[in-house]
This record gives sequence, structure tokens and C-alpha cells, in this order.
Amino acid sequence: MQGHDRKPATAMSTDDFIKGLWRENPVFVQVLGMCPVLAVTNSAVNALAMGLATTFVLVLSNTLVSALRHFIPRQVRIATFILIIATFVTVVDYLIQAISLDLHRALGAFISLIVVNCLILGRAEAFASKNGVGRSVLDGLGMGVGFTFALLCLGGAREIFGSGSLFGVSLFPAAYQPWIVMILPSGGFFTLALWLLLFNHLKLRRQARDSLAQEVMP
Amino acid sequence: MNNDSLWTIFLNASLVNNFVLAYFLGICPFLGVSGKLGTATRMGGAVCFVMLVSSICAYGIHRLLVAIDAPYLQLISYIVVIASTVQLVEMFIKKMSPALFRALGIFLPLITTNCAILGLALFQTNKGYDLLQSIVYALGAGSGFTLALVLMAGIREKLELATVPDMVQGTALTLMIAGILSLAFMGFAGVGA
Repeated sequence: MQGHDRKPATAMSTDDFIKGLWRENPVFVQVLGMCPVLAVTNSAVNALAMGLATTFVLVLSNTLVSALRHFIPRQVRIATFILIIATFVTVVDYLIQAISLDLHRALGAFISLIVVNCLILGRAEAFASKNGVGRSVLDGLGMGVGFTFALLCLGGAREIFGSGSLFGVSLFPAAYQPWIVMILPSGGFFTLALWLLLFNHLKLRRQARDSLAQEVMP
Repeated sequence: MNNDSLWTIFLNASLVNNFVLAYFLGICPFLGVSGKLGTATRMGGAVCFVMLVSSICAYGIHRLLVAIDAPYLQLISYIVVIASTVQLVEMFIKKMSPALFRALGIFLPLITTNCAILGLALFQTNKGYDLLQSIVYALGAGSGFTLALVLMAGIREKLELATVPDMVQGTALTLMIAGILSLAFMGFAGVGA
């Protein structure tokens, strides 16, 4: 088994990185890791911090899982992955506490809850446990950046409409009446639904164009 | 120490701050298993049970970790306890009702990564509940989760008969309904205070 694994491990490509950004975007396409996506995106700063923390854990856990993949027995692999992830999340938790106490208070228990983000366990199981270290790092980085991008999409939209600002900078004149609903929990559901609608619309339009092109071509 | 009355804790966890609709915990099973009413009810039952057991265990672990002065082990030990409880429930259901085991499918082992359960353990520690308060909190959160899941499943069963535009089908539609449900649950704000 070890011999077979060697070959794809060396075949590193930029595709490992690119696919997480758009084609297999963890939030908009795979709909994974919804809890933090909805819970902490009431402002762009929170969204960015959460995205970076998740990326950090994702890259490090992918690295370790990939490095240890030949030593982990199959039967207990999920438990092992979760322990690895929990270790890195504890590190991130103390790291954020050291950098900014305000941020730690704003994100609250959701930093610890990165452990149960299905995205991280999913990547460990589906990618890192089958591929070499280099590719796994790229995969983790790509997925993490895609995740951060999606969080920013939501956090940005919710902050602009809900508080009339972006990254704390006021965008509208004082007369602007903020839409309180966007900051409330229901706003999270609505914003994500609207983004998914937009992506569905683009996908359907592309499909329609492709089938039209096929009818004309032959 | 926290001296909220038990009734307040229960109402707070189940309705006012519903785990799914206000805290966004346990969204994955909420979107995944809410297709059929029967499955949703049983899934709610399984989650309630795991919540209850892991809440009691988390209380014990927290006392132990405070006693040996090792708070940094909190997250790791919680997740191990939850994972083993889920394993126990999985074996129990497989033995008692193979049909239910098949219906729940992949979502049964995924209870381990259900944020609602780890979230419950972390929140009860943060709030400093004692053993009885923790148990009531777990029961409240479990019933709130089941309530949200069953409401959603009921609506989705009705929606199967409706025609919706292609664009809206799937997750987007479910999320919109969840948003409206969450708005409705905001009406409970102030009940528990």
C-alpha cells in the first residue's frame, strides 16, 4: 500500500488549491460547516477571524493526518482525526485569547466549536488520509480560503445592511435606518439562502447556454 | 455558581434561545434529516439521549479538570466522551431497530460532530450550572432541537406537493423556511426572563 501511495503524493498541482476556492467551495457548493457560517457572520471582522482560525486548523490538521496516515489503524481513524483536530483547536483558542480578548468574547464558544466543523473532518477523511503532505496542505489552504471567502460574503452583506457599515467603517449617511433583521439569527438564514439562490441562478443559466450551444452546433 | 430557576433554564434552552434557530447549532442534521416526519422525531430522540448523557459526563469531567488544574484538556475530553456515547447509542439502535438504523444512515455517527451537543457541554460549563441545572438544560436543549426538527419536517412534507421555481429548489428553500421559523421563535423572547 505504501508503494502505491508514493506516486500521487509527488504529483502536486495547483488544482488542489484552486478547486476549494470556487468549483468545490465548501459553503456554497458542498454546504458543509454551516454552524459557524451562520452564527458568527453578523459582522465582517468576526467572519474574517473565524475564517482565518478555521483555515489554520484545517491546514495543520490536514498536515498531521496526512503525515500519520500510514500509522493510524482504519477502525479508530475518525476518533484519531477528531483528537488531532481538537488539539489544534485548543491551540487556536488560546492564541486568539492572547491576540485579542474582545474578539475572543465576540466569537465565544464558536472557536471551540471548530472541532465539530464537518468541513475539517470531511477533508481529513476524504483527502488528507489518502494523499501526501504537500497536496494535503494545498488542499487545506484552498478549502480554508474558500471558506473564508464565503464567510466574508455573508458577513459583509449582513454588516452592510444590518449596521450600515463594513469592517466598522460607516458607509451610509446618518439617516440610514439599519435592517435589524439582518443581524438577528433569521437574517443569517435569509442571507445564505439568497447567496445560494444567486449561485443556483448562475448554474442554471450556464446549463441552459450549454444545452443551447449543443443544439446549434451539430 | 448560577442560580437561575430550573423552569427558566428549561424555557430558555428550548424556546427563547432555541439551539437550532437562535444559536445555529446542529444545522447539519437540521437540514439533512428533516425530510420525513418519522425519521425526524426519532433523530430528535437520539440527540436528546446523547445530550443528556454527555451533559452529565461533561459536568463530572469539568469538576475533575478543575480539581487537577488542567482546563486545557476540556475540549479534548468532552469530544472523546461524546464520541463514545454516540458509539453506544449507535450499537443500541442497531440492535433494537435495524429499520431505524438504516433510516438515520450516515447522520447517526455524525451526531458526534453535531455542534449542538458539544455546544451544550461548553455552554453549561461557561454558565456554571450545577448537576441538576445541567440535566434540565440538556433536556430543554434536546426538546428544543426535536421541536425545530419536527416543525421543519412537517413543513417540508407539505412542500413536496407544491411546485416551486427550479432556482429555489433544495437547500435555498430549506434555509428560507428556517429563517421564517427563526423569526417566529423570536416571538418567545422575554418569556424566560
